[in-house]
Amino acid sequence: MLEQLNAKDFGTPLRTAEQEVTLEIDGMQVTVAAGTSIMRAASENGVNIPKLCATDSLEPFGSCRLCLVEIEGRKGYPASCTTPVERGMKVRTQSPKLQALRKGVMELYISDHPLDCLTCAANGNCELQDMAGVTGLREVRYGYEGENHIVSKKDESNPYFTYDPSKCIVCNRCVRACEETQGTYALTISGRGFESRVSAGQDQPFMESECVSCGACVQACPTATLQEKSVIALGQAEHSVITTCAYCGVGCSFKAEMKGNEVVRMVPNKDGHANEGHSCVKGRFAWGYATHKDRILKPMIRSRITDPWKEVSWDEALDHAASEFRRIQKKYGRDSIGGIVSSRCTNEEGYLVQKMVRAAFGNNNVDTCARVCHSPTGYGLKQTLGESAGTQTFKSVEHCDVIVVMGANPTDAHPVFASRMKKRLREGAKLIVIDPRHIDLVRSPHVEADFHLQLKPGTNVAIVSALAHVIVTEGLLATEFIAQRCEEKAFQQWRDFVALPENSPEAMQEITGVPAELVRGAARLYATGGNAAIYYGLGVTEHAQGSTAVMGIANLAMATGNIGREGVGVNPLRGQNNVQGSCDIGSFPHELPGYRHVSDSTTRHLFEQAWGVEIQPEPGLRIPNMFDAALDGSFMGLYCQGEDIVQSDPNIQHVAAALSAMECIVVQDIFMNETAMYAHVFLPGSSFLEKDGTFTNAERRISRVRKVMPPKAGYADWEVTIRLSRRLGYEMNYAHPSEIMDEIARLTPTFHGVSYEKLDQLGSIQWPCNDAAPLGTPTMHVDEFVRGKGHFIITKYVATDEKVTRKYPLILTTGRILSQYNVGAQTRRTENVQWHEQDILEIHPHDAEERGIKDGGWVGIHSRAGETALRAKVTERMQPGVVYTTFHFPGSGANVITTENSDWATNCPEYKVTAVQVMPVSEPSDWQKKYTRFSKVQHELLDQAKQAISKTKTIA
Amino acid sequence: MDMQNLIHMANQIGDFFEAMPDREEALLGISGHLHNFWEPRMRSQLLKYVDTENGKDLKPIVVSAIRTHRSKLVSQH
Repeated sequence: MLEQLNAKDFGTPLRTAEQEVTLEIDGMQVTVAAGTSIMRAASENGVNIPKLCATDSLEPFGSCRLCLVEIEGRKGYPASCTTPVERGMKVRTQSPKLQALRKGVMELYISDHPLDCLTCAANGNCELQDMAGVTGLREVRYGYEGENHIVSKKDESNPYFTYDPSKCIVCNRCVRACEETQGTYALTISGRGFESRVSAGQDQPFMESECVSCGACVQACPTATLQEKSVIALGQAEHSVITTCAYCGVGCSFKAEMKGNEVVRMVPNKDGHANEGHSCVKGRFAWGYATHKDRILKPMIRSRITDPWKEVSWDEALDHAASEFRRIQKKYGRDSIGGIVSSRCTNEEGYLVQKMVRAAFGNNNVDTCARVCHSPTGYGLKQTLGESAGTQTFKSVEHCDVIVVMGANPTDAHPVFASRMKKRLREGAKLIVIDPRHIDLVRSPHVEADFHLQLKPGTNVAIVSALAHVIVTEGLLATEFIAQRCEEKAFQQWRDFVALPENSPEAMQEITGVPAELVRGAARLYATGGNAAIYYGLGVTEHAQGSTAVMGIANLAMATGNIGREGVGVNPLRGQNNVQGSCDIGSFPHELPGYRHVSDSTTRHLFEQAWGVEIQPEPGLRIPNMFDAALDGSFMGLYCQGEDIVQSDPNIQHVAAALSAMECIVVQDIFMNETAMYAHVFLPGSSFLEKDGTFTNAERRISRVRKVMPPKAGYADWEVTIRLSRRLGYEMNYAHPSEIMDEIARLTPTFHGVSYEKLDQLGSIQWPCNDAAPLGTPTMHVDEFVRGKGHFIITKYVATDEKVTRKYPLILTTGRILSQYNVGAQTRRTENVQWHEQDILEIHPHDAEERGIKDGGWVGIHSRAGETALRAKVTERMQPGVVYTTFHFPGSGANVITTENSDWATNCPEYKVTAVQVMPVSEPSDWQKKYTRFSKVQHELLDQAKQAISKTKTIA
Repeated sequence: MDMQNLIHMANQIGDFFEAMPDREEALLGISGHLHNFWEPRMRSQLLKYVDTENGKDLKPIVVSAIRTHRSKLVSQH
């Protein structure tokens, strides 16, 4: 048994109750919460009752009959997993009779199970094997010759795990995990009696079923029936390390199971506060990119982007980068260079990049990818509530009565949280979806939205104002809360504004396309349905009025008193793994760590003293401003760590032109990404498996990232930044990322109490963590808002300038899908491509028919910014007049089409609204042809670097 | 930097603050936003444009905010 790998399994879930129950188990007095099962009560007190169908992540099922016990005064042998404790109960877990019964059950199981333990992938980590040992099974009297399932065919269709029906004991754990944990209901038991077998979909191979490959079934399986292919290939791991997933903003905790420096599998951590033992296809399985052959492991330089790359030593690459940056500053001025902090790297790495920009570059030209996703969240929530972050824990959803999902698609983009949300919805919480698309949450197994406000893209603020109008004019305001907690004058101004007839649902109907009665119904439900929480995503922020919409959402929460306790709040579902963290630690050009403006002299002096430099009091350039300044000739050098702006940012022809105008671009990444094709220095990055640090997720939760293997290129990213800074003449001395966090904590009030020691002790910490909240802050704004009184802000709807015309009659909106992540640099290099091998354009049947577009056919998409071609998918998920695509593949050119139109407050691009025309085409667009040629040449230039090295080695 | 883009951005800021019932507050809001979020070279270019082109194509409220709070928008560095 590989006990070092597995957390203790108590058999049934933890129950919490004020009332306690004392009983006797095997003569021992035990006290547990009322509602606890006998199995768990025994387990918590060191008595492990045999079990197979029970596991503490799932509700008890009582099918395997191994956990039978004797209870004094009761007839028969009840299952301990389904029998709750009672006061004074006397339980016996072991007796000759129980042993005989359990042995008999095991004998039956084993009579229809392959006896290939020594060559089985689960050998040493198999609960069936354990139970055979525990029950003392020594023979199978029935023999093995009768009817059995041993020759059943293995399903190997899923790229990450196999399903071997011959090993199935029909314990239902996988089926229950799919239902209870994941909420997809893809699995069932087909057949009856002896014919019973686990079935994906309608007896389909897993890959053809609705299975989303979250791995919950594999995790729940007590045998090798559902088994990771990596374990089959490599064998069981020998040690494990707790770390944090590097994909989305949910920030799942994982146990990296290792053989030396090799990952065998990633298993969701049962004690992980963000995910509580659940995972999705990306975090659970799509980690192979970290060791992909495309990794660039040698530093490289070149003079021009038309030159071949030359592999050089770290010293030469860093010297070259530093001297180029200094040369540019000498020629064009101090403010002519800047840096981009990665939202995929750790807090500590982000902190060092912004520190280097401010201290070594001597300016504030630093930004991060939050610019193009949740910068409106930072702005909008700071203005209204006083802090640039979400207000709750993910667990808070368990207390929601009404859930509003606005401009977010959690089942695809935040799947593990979506599962928790769906669980609450199945328990009866009401659901309001505000989205132009018919996202999965609108109707999925056992979940159906009470209201789907299918608005036109670009009209979020109109719908928010209309909802507010109903709340104000129908007397649904939380008047006591507002009087106590909010600024009176601002509230009155807001109230008078939203009450205007032009903000009524009837007046807004023309703009939003949503019937007024639906808006009224949704508003009433939100205001009166109990604990109501708003969860929102990029469908809110990535608009010309993104910040206005965020403020409108905060207004709604304040107006109804839905803030400051569990089950309510304003919950931004943040995109990348550390986008919250990268904002927290000062990556914006106007803010020092802790969201303090650079013009605040007290804060600036604090950092100036700590860093020993003068810090500019003026904001620096934001990413889009950097591009404009580059084309203007005043911004000529960029240090870009772990972002791919040439794929992810809007109007990439404009981005490419800006990068082409610069004289030195230093890219630090694990792959030769699209941005690196315009670079002059390439510094190899390190994956999340190769370094220590922390990530901060969407619920402000800081979690440890732990190094499980040495950096493949020699240095972790934080070490590279230190070395570059030194060469720029600014010394940084840190022996370990914990020292960087200590500095952040020392200089940032909301982080004062954070340390690696405390993180190790608590598992994770939600900031603010300081003297006032030594264990962190799960729920914000409890007694008062961070800014004191809540500030209502008038949110007038202003139509976007990106308008449909006869030439561009459709609206394109972009988004993400489950199996791919962001620019796809990681997931495209995994088997996840089997689910999504290309970006496609979703179009409504009406729009398709009008244009002669067939499902699967090629279509050209034209906008004011550019054109590209994709395959069409004709689907009623879209409303007429709206088309949709993703941006996971560079050659798709989704961001060739999107424009630079952006949020008024933050310059966050309006990815969600681009006026386009779509027509059938027979060949790729001109941009795509040009891109293919450029990409080919760049790869040849990269190959030349490798060939030059191998030639040198041969000569030597 | 592209002047048309700066004009567009400034007008968007104007659109937001114009909804405030208190005009003085709106003017302060516009100038405050430009001060807090626009890099000095962007502000300088906008100020110069207002001076030389009389704020053509800029919303009147933006021109008014810039003129009223001009000193705040001049780079201190």
